[in-house]
Amino acid sequence: MRHHRRPTRGTGAIAATLACLLLASCSAGSTATGGSAGKNSLNIGLTAEPANFDFTKTAGNAIPQALLYNVYQNLVKLDQSGRIQPQLATSWRLSKDRRTYTFHLVKNATFSNGARFTAEDAKFSIERVSSDWTVAQKSQMDVVDTARAVSPTELKVTLKKPSNDWLYRMTTRVGAMFSRTGVSKLATEPVGTGPYVVKRWNRGDSITLARRDGYWGREPHFKSVTLKYFKDPTALNNALLTGTINVINDMQSPDTLYRFQNNPKYKVIEGSTNSEVVLSLNNSSGPMRNRKARQAVRYAIDHKALMDTCWAGRGKLIGSMVPPTDPWYQNLTNQYPYDRDKAKKLLKESGEAGHTLRLRIPTLPYAIACGTVVKSQLEQAGFKVKLDQLEFPAAWLSTVFKNADYDMSIIGHLEPRDMQTVFGGKGYYTGYDNPEFRALLQKADQGTKKEQITYMRAAARLLSKDAAADWLFLLPMLTVADKDITGLPVNYVSESMDLTGLGRS
Amino acid sequence: MIVRLVKRIAVLLVSLVVSSVLVFAFMAVLPGDPARVALGTSASETAVAQLREQFGLDRPFVAQYLSWVHGLVTFDPGTSYISHTEIGPQLADRLQVTLWLVGAGMVLACILAVPMGILMAVRHRRPSGLILSALSQAGVAVPAFLAGILLITVFAVGLGWLPANGWTPPAQDPVLFLKQLVLPVLSLGMVQGAVLTRYIRSAVLDVLREDYLRTARAKGLRPMRALVRHGLRNAAVPVVTVLALQLATLLVGAVVIERVFVIPGLGSLLLDSVSNRDLIVVQDVVMIIAMAVLLVNFLVDTIYLMIDPRLRGGSS
Repeated sequence: MRHHRRPTRGTGAIAATLACLLLASCSAGSTATGGSAGKNSLNIGLTAEPANFDFTKTAGNAIPQALLYNVYQNLVKLDQSGRIQPQLATSWRLSKDRRTYTFHLVKNATFSNGARFTAEDAKFSIERVSSDWTVAQKSQMDVVDTARAVSPTELKVTLKKPSNDWLYRMTTRVGAMFSRTGVSKLATEPVGTGPYVVKRWNRGDSITLARRDGYWGREPHFKSVTLKYFKDPTALNNALLTGTINVINDMQSPDTLYRFQNNPKYKVIEGSTNSEVVLSLNNSSGPMRNRKARQAVRYAIDHKALMDTCWAGRGKLIGSMVPPTDPWYQNLTNQYPYDRDKAKKLLKESGEAGHTLRLRIPTLPYAIACGTVVKSQLEQAGFKVKLDQLEFPAAWLSTVFKNADYDMSIIGHLEPRDMQTVFGGKGYYTGYDNPEFRALLQKADQGTKKEQITYMRAAARLLSKDAAADWLFLLPMLTVADKDITGLPVNYVSESMDLTGLGRS
Repeated sequence: MIVRLVKRIAVLLVSLVVSSVLVFAFMAVLPGDPARVALGTSASETAVAQLREQFGLDRPFVAQYLSWVHGLVTFDPGTSYISHTEIGPQLADRLQVTLWLVGAGMVLACILAVPMGILMAVRHRRPSGLILSALSQAGVAVPAFLAGILLITVFAVGLGWLPANGWTPPAQDPVLFLKQLVLPVLSLGMVQGAVLTRYIRSAVLDVLREDYLRTARAKGLRPMRALVRHGLRNAAVPVVTVLALQLATLLVGAVVIERVFVIPGLGSLLLDSVSNRDLIVVQDVVMIIAMAVLLVNFLVDTIYLMIDPRLRGGSS
C-alpha cells in the first residue's frame, strides 16, 4: 500500500480547508459591530413588525407605534405622564354645553408631500374615519356630529353629546391628520406632517425613518432612525450586546435583564404601560357566569408570587382595569387579597366545583409564562383546570375573542382607556353585561373633569367587586439602551413610540 | 439522449401543473375567509364583502385558479391580503436572501465534505480516518440552530468579531453583507457538510471495493490516482442525489437559521404569512418551493445523464 507512506497529503488537505475557513471568518472583520449606527443615526430593536403602514384598515399596535407622532401628527398629543398636550393645535376651547371644541391650528405646518396643513385637512381626516376606516377604533369617532373649517387655522368640531373621551381619542390613531392629496397609497407611502418620513422598508427586517427637510417644527436630533424587528428575544438581546442596535424598546423577556443590569455600558429603565394582563372570565356562559365562582378565582390567585414567577417580579399589581397613568387610578389590590381558604369556601358555595374550567391562552410570552402558574394556583384552591394554548393571533381570535368558546383566558389588553371596550360593550368576549356599570361610564364621559374622575373610579370599583375578571398585573415598559442615549420614553402610555425627543449625550 | 431529455421536460411540466392544482385546492378548502382574517374580527360584513370582491374571491374556483396560474406564469402574482403590496417583488427579495444563504451554505458544505469524505473512505481503517469519522458523526448530531447559537455566543457576543444577527442586501453595504453572512453560512454549511461527508464516505467506500478499481491499480496507478480517474465519477451519482435532496430541504428548512440570525428569507415569509393568514402569499411560497424541488430533481436527472454514460446509451 503505497499511500501509507504519504500520510501528510490528506492531513494537508484538511489543514488547508480549515485554514481557509478560519481566514474567511476572521477577514470579515476583527472589530465588527454589525450595523451599528453612526453619530446621527439610531437603531432601535422592537418585537412586532407592522404588516403595512395603513392603520386605517389594519388592526394592531405595531403601525401606530412606529408612525404616530413621528410620521403622522395629531391635533393633540399625549405626553409621558398621560396629559393631553398641543401638537398641530396650538390651543383649544370647549363650549359651555361641552359639545363643541374649537381648535386653533399652527400656521406653518406642511405635509411630507409638500401640501400645506389647514383646517380643511383636519376636517377631511376626522370625517374620513367614519367613511373609509375599517378597524374597530373607527367607532370612537361616532360621537362627532360635524367638523367645520372656520378658517385655514380654525376648526370647530361639534359632538352629538358631551364626551371627555373624544378629546383623549384624538391623541391616538383616530386623531392622526392626513393630507387631502396624500391618502392614495397609505399602505406603502404614508404622508404626514411629522418630522420623519419612511425612507426604506426591508420587509421582515427593518423600517428606516429619515428626518424630513423643511419640517415645520423643531428638528429632532437623529437624522435617521432604524426600527429593527426581532421575533426571538435572545436575538434581540444579542443585537444590543454586539452593538447592532442601540435601544431595546418594550423588552418582552424580563428574565434576561441581568445581562444588562450590572453592565456600565447600558441603562435599564422600567416604566408603566396601558397593558393590563387580564385573567379574563366568561361572564355570560359556563361556570364563570356564577359571581361566587368568579370571586373564588380572585381570592385564589397570589398575584405577587405570580408576577415574581412569570415576569421576573417586574410590573405593577393594580387589581383593576386602570393603569397608574390614568387620572382615576386607585389601587384596588386590597379588594380581593390572596386567601386560599376563602376561595375554597366560595367555590363550594357556588356549586361549580365539579366543572373543569377551560383556560385557553394565546401563544404570547406573558400568557404562556403565567398560564401554568394560574392553573396551579387555582388547582390548589380546589378548581379543576384544563390549559390549552391557542396560536396567536388567528386561532385565539376566532375561538376566544370571536366565538367566546372559553371559560378563562389570559391576555394583555394594551389599548389605552379600555374599560369601556372590554366590559361596557355588548357582544364583547368577556360577556360582562351590567347596566349600572354602563351608566357610570356614560356619566363619566359627559360630566366635568372632576365628575369624570369620580364616576370612573366608581365604575372600576364596581367591576372589581363583581369580579368581572382578575387583573394579574400591569406589564412594565422595559427599555434597555446604550448609556449615552437620552430622551427615551419611560412609559408606554400613548399609542406612539415618540422618537422626536431622543438624543445622544 | 435528446429523447430522454424531452421526456424528462414533459414529466417536469406535468408535475408542475399537478402540484399547482394541489396547492390551490389545499388552500381553497382551508377553513377561514382570507378577507375576514385580513380585516380583523370587528370589521363589518359589508367591508368583508367589498374586500372579497376586490381580491376576486367571489369568483368560481376555476376562474380563481386560472388567474392565479396566469399571475405566476407572467411573474405578476398580485397583491397581498395583509400588506396591501405587490407580492412579486417581495417574493423576489425573500428568494434572493434564501438563495444566498442556502447557496453559500451548500458550497461550504461541498468544500468541507468532498475532501473529508474521500479521505475518510480512503483511510477508513486508520486512526486519522476514524477521528474524522467521529467528528462528522458529531456534526450530523448537532442541529444547525444549536451550531448557530454556539457560534453567536463565541464569535459575536464573546469575541465581538462578527455581528450576532441581521441582514443587509449586498447592494446596500457589501462589507456588512459579508460579515452578516459568515455565521449563518458556517452553521448551515458545517452541519450539511457533516451529513454529506457521511454519504460521500460510503459512496467512495463502495467504489473502492469495485473490480475496475482493482484493475486500475493492477495497471500500476497509485490508489489516489486510480480513485480520481476511475472511481469518483461513479461515486458521484448517489452523492448528487443526496445533494439535491439537501438543497430542496434547505430552501424552507433554512427558516430555523433565518430565525436565529434574524434573516428575512423565504421560510420566514412563509411562517409569518401563515400566522397572519395571508393565504395568497402562503400559496405562492409553497408553489415556489414545489417548483424549486421539481426543478432541482429535473436538473439532477439531467446531471445523471452527463455523469453516467450508461444512461445516455439506454435509449439510443
